[in-house]
Amino acid sequence: MYEILSKKELAPKIKWFEIYAPAVAEKAQPGQFLIIIIDEKGERIPLTIAGADKAKGTVAFAFNEVGKTTKQLGTLCEGDSVWNVTGPLGVPSEIRNFGKVLCVGGGVMIAPMLYQVEALRKAGNNVTAVVGARIESLLFFEDEMKKLSDKFYVATDDGSKGYKGLGFLKEMLSKEKFDRCVAMGPVVMMKEVSELTKPFGVPTIVTLTPIMVDGMGMCGVCRVTVGGKTKFACVDGPEFDGHLVDFDGLVKRQRMFLPEERLSSLMWELQGGCRCGGK
Amino acid sequence: MAESKPKPKIRKEAVPMPKQKPETRKSNFDEVALGYTEEQAREEASRCLQCPKPQCVGGCPVEICIPEFIKLLKEGKYEEAVMKLKEKNALPAICGRVCPQEEQCQKCCIMSKVGEPVSIGRLERWLADWEREKGSVKVPEKASSTGRKVAVVGAGPAGLTVAADLSRLGHEVVLFEALHLAGGVLVYGIPEFRLPKHIVQSEVSYVQKLGVDLRLGHLIGRIHTIPELLKSGFDAVFIGVGAGLPTFLGVPGENLGGIYSANEFLIRVNLMKSYAFPCYDTPIRIGKHVVIIGGGNAAMDSARSALRLGAEEVCIVYRRSRDEMPVRKEELENAEEEGITCKFLANPIRFIGDEQGWVKAMECICMELGPPDQSGRRRPVPVKGSEFVMDTDTVIVAIGKSANPIIQSTTEGLAVTKWGTIVVDENGKTSIDGVYAGGDIVTGDATVISAMGAGKKAAKAIHEYLMNKK
Repeated sequence: MYEILSKKELAPKIKWFEIYAPAVAEKAQPGQFLIIIIDEKGERIPLTIAGADKAKGTVAFAFNEVGKTTKQLGTLCEGDSVWNVTGPLGVPSEIRNFGKVLCVGGGVMIAPMLYQVEALRKAGNNVTAVVGARIESLLFFEDEMKKLSDKFYVATDDGSKGYKGLGFLKEMLSKEKFDRCVAMGPVVMMKEVSELTKPFGVPTIVTLTPIMVDGMGMCGVCRVTVGGKTKFACVDGPEFDGHLVDFDGLVKRQRMFLPEERLSSLMWELQGGCRCGGK
Repeated sequence: MAESKPKPKIRKEAVPMPKQKPETRKSNFDEVALGYTEEQAREEASRCLQCPKPQCVGGCPVEICIPEFIKLLKEGKYEEAVMKLKEKNALPAICGRVCPQEEQCQKCCIMSKVGEPVSIGRLERWLADWEREKGSVKVPEKASSTGRKVAVVGAGPAGLTVAADLSRLGHEVVLFEALHLAGGVLVYGIPEFRLPKHIVQSEVSYVQKLGVDLRLGHLIGRIHTIPELLKSGFDAVFIGVGAGLPTFLGVPGENLGGIYSANEFLIRVNLMKSYAFPCYDTPIRIGKHVVIIGGGNAAMDSARSALRLGAEEVCIVYRRSRDEMPVRKEELENAEEEGITCKFLANPIRFIGDEQGWVKAMECICMELGPPDQSGRRRPVPVKGSEFVMDTDTVIVAIGKSANPIIQSTTEGLAVTKWGTIVVDENGKTSIDGVYAGGDIVTGDATVISAMGAGKKAAKAIHEYLMNKK
C-alpha cells in the first residue's frame, strides 16, 4: 500500500497528490510516468510524474477527474492509500543545455511541465514558458511557472485570460529563435504546437498519453505511429518528435474504449461514488 | 508346482479426465478440466508399471521422481507423495495443469507402447490439489542461513523456481516482480479456465513461506538496475523476465481499433479480470466476429476467452496447416469442441477500418507449404492472386513474443543475441560474473516447464557460485 501524504485541488476537478514511495522517488526523472492501481479491482492507469522529493520519499502527480478511476482517486484523502504504485516507467526526458527552450503546458499537464521546466532551468537553459487551459478557472501553477521561467505567457481557448488560443506563438517563433520546444497537454494542443514550430525548424518534443495497461512494453495497446513506424509509448516514449507523430491516429486509439469508460463512470456516479454497495 | 498368482490386468487406456461439457463451459470462465476424484487418481496410479529404469524422469525438465510419487499415491500415502513431488518442483498444481506432458514425461512412458501413457500430469495435479484443499500446505525444512543474498528478477515460472530452490538452500532471496501480482505468464497469460488464479496465488504463497521476500511493482531496469543490485549487497542476480514484447504482423491497418495483441487481450482478461467488467475496472470490447491470427497456445487461449466473452463466431487463421500448429493437441481439441473454427493456410495482408477507425474486415492471402525452413516445419508461401476478404470486428494477433529490452539496455556488459535474448552458458551464467538468466528471456517464447527447468539449473549454479564466493 502506498500512502497519500499530501492532496491539493489545483483547479476544479484537477487534483494533486504526493504519494509515499521512496524507491520510486529515488529514481524518478522528468518525462517518466507511474502506473497506479487504486484497489484489487482497479485498472492500471498511467500518470505523468510531476515531482519527486527524495528526502521525503514522495512522488507527485496531477490528474483530471474524467473517468471512473480518476473520480475514485479524487475521493481519496491524505492518509488514505492506493494499492499499487509502479515506476518510474518510460524513458526520462533529455535534459541538457539546449540554449533557448519554449515550454508549452496545457491542462492537467501543466503540473509535469513545471517539473520539466525546473530541470531545464537547472541545466542552464533560457526558458520561455506558456501555460494554457480551456478557461481561466482551469489554470494553475501560474506563479510557480512564472518564477521558474525567463519569460512567461498565459493562453486560454476562450480568451478569458491571456492570449486567446496558441496562435500568438507563430509571431513569437518568427521573431525569436528557439533551440527546442517541449509541449505537454491535450493531443489537439500538442498537434497545434508541433504544426506551429515545424516551419521554423524548432525540434519539438511531445509527451504522449495513449491508453496503457501494463506500461512496460507487454501489451502494445499504447502503440503510436511515429515517422511511419509503430512505437510503444510506454517503452519507446512517452516523449516523441512532435513533427513525426500521427496525432489523428492517436486520438482514434485513445477513444477505443469510450463507451465502456462512460458506462463505468456513470455507474460510479449513480451509486454515489461507490458502486460496491458495501460489499 | 507353485501356483502362479494371476496378474491383475492393467488397463491400457488412461482414466479419462472429467471435464465441463462444451456447451456449458463455453460461456463461463471456470476450469474446464475438473480433476480426478481420489478413486480415479488411485486407479490411474495403479497403471504405473514402476519400471526399474523409468524413462519418464528423463523426459521431465525438472526431473521429478515420477515412479516414486506415483507409488506413494497408489498406496494412499498422499502426504509423502506430495513431499516427493516438491523435492523437485515447487509448483506442482501449476505444472500438473499446463505442462505439455504428452511431449515430455508421458511421451517416454512405457505404457504408450501398449496403450495410453500414465497420466502423470493429472496425478501431479490431483496430489497438489489434495494438499491445498485440505488447508495445510507443508513447508520442507530449510538449510541454515548462508549469509548470502540473491536478487531474482521476474516472478514467473523461472523466477519462482530459482527463488524457491535458493531459499531452501539457506540463501536470502528477494524476488522482484514488475506487475502487481506474482506469477508472470501464469497470471497474465494463461486463462482462468485452464489455470485458476487462486491456484497460482497459493503456489506463490508457498514460495513466500519458504522465506522468499516478494516485492511487487518493481520494474528492474528502472527502479533499480542490475549493476545497482550487485552494488547494493546482492551477491548474485537471476534474470527471468520472460519474453514480454508482443510481435505484430506489420501490415497496413494494424493500429485500427479492435485489433489486440494476444498479450493485451490476455492481460486484460486474465490479470485485470475484464471478463468481470464493470465490477472490475479494466474494460474489454469483444465483437461478434472474432479472428485470431496464429497457431500457438496464446492463440488458442485468446480464441477460447473470446468465445466466453460472448463472441458469436471465433475463427483461428493460421498460415500453415493443422500439423504444424505449435498448440497443445488437447487444447486444440478443447477449442474445436467449443465451436471454434480454424482456417488454415491463410495469412492477413491488410486490415480495413470503418469511419470511426474500428476494424471491419481483413484481407488475407492463401498460402501453400514449401520446403522446410530452419525450424524444420514446412515454410508457408503465398499463392499469387488468391486474396480474399473476411468480415471481422475484433482481431487478436497471436504470432509470438520477443524479448523486452529494458534490462539489456540498462546493464552494461550483458551479452545479448541479435534477437535481444540474453546469452548464457549451459548453467545459465551470463557474461557478467554473478548474473544468471533463464526462461523465455534466454530461449525466446517457450513453455512454462522449460523455464522452470532452466531455473532449476541456474539455481544449482548460483548455489555453487555463492558457496565458493569469498
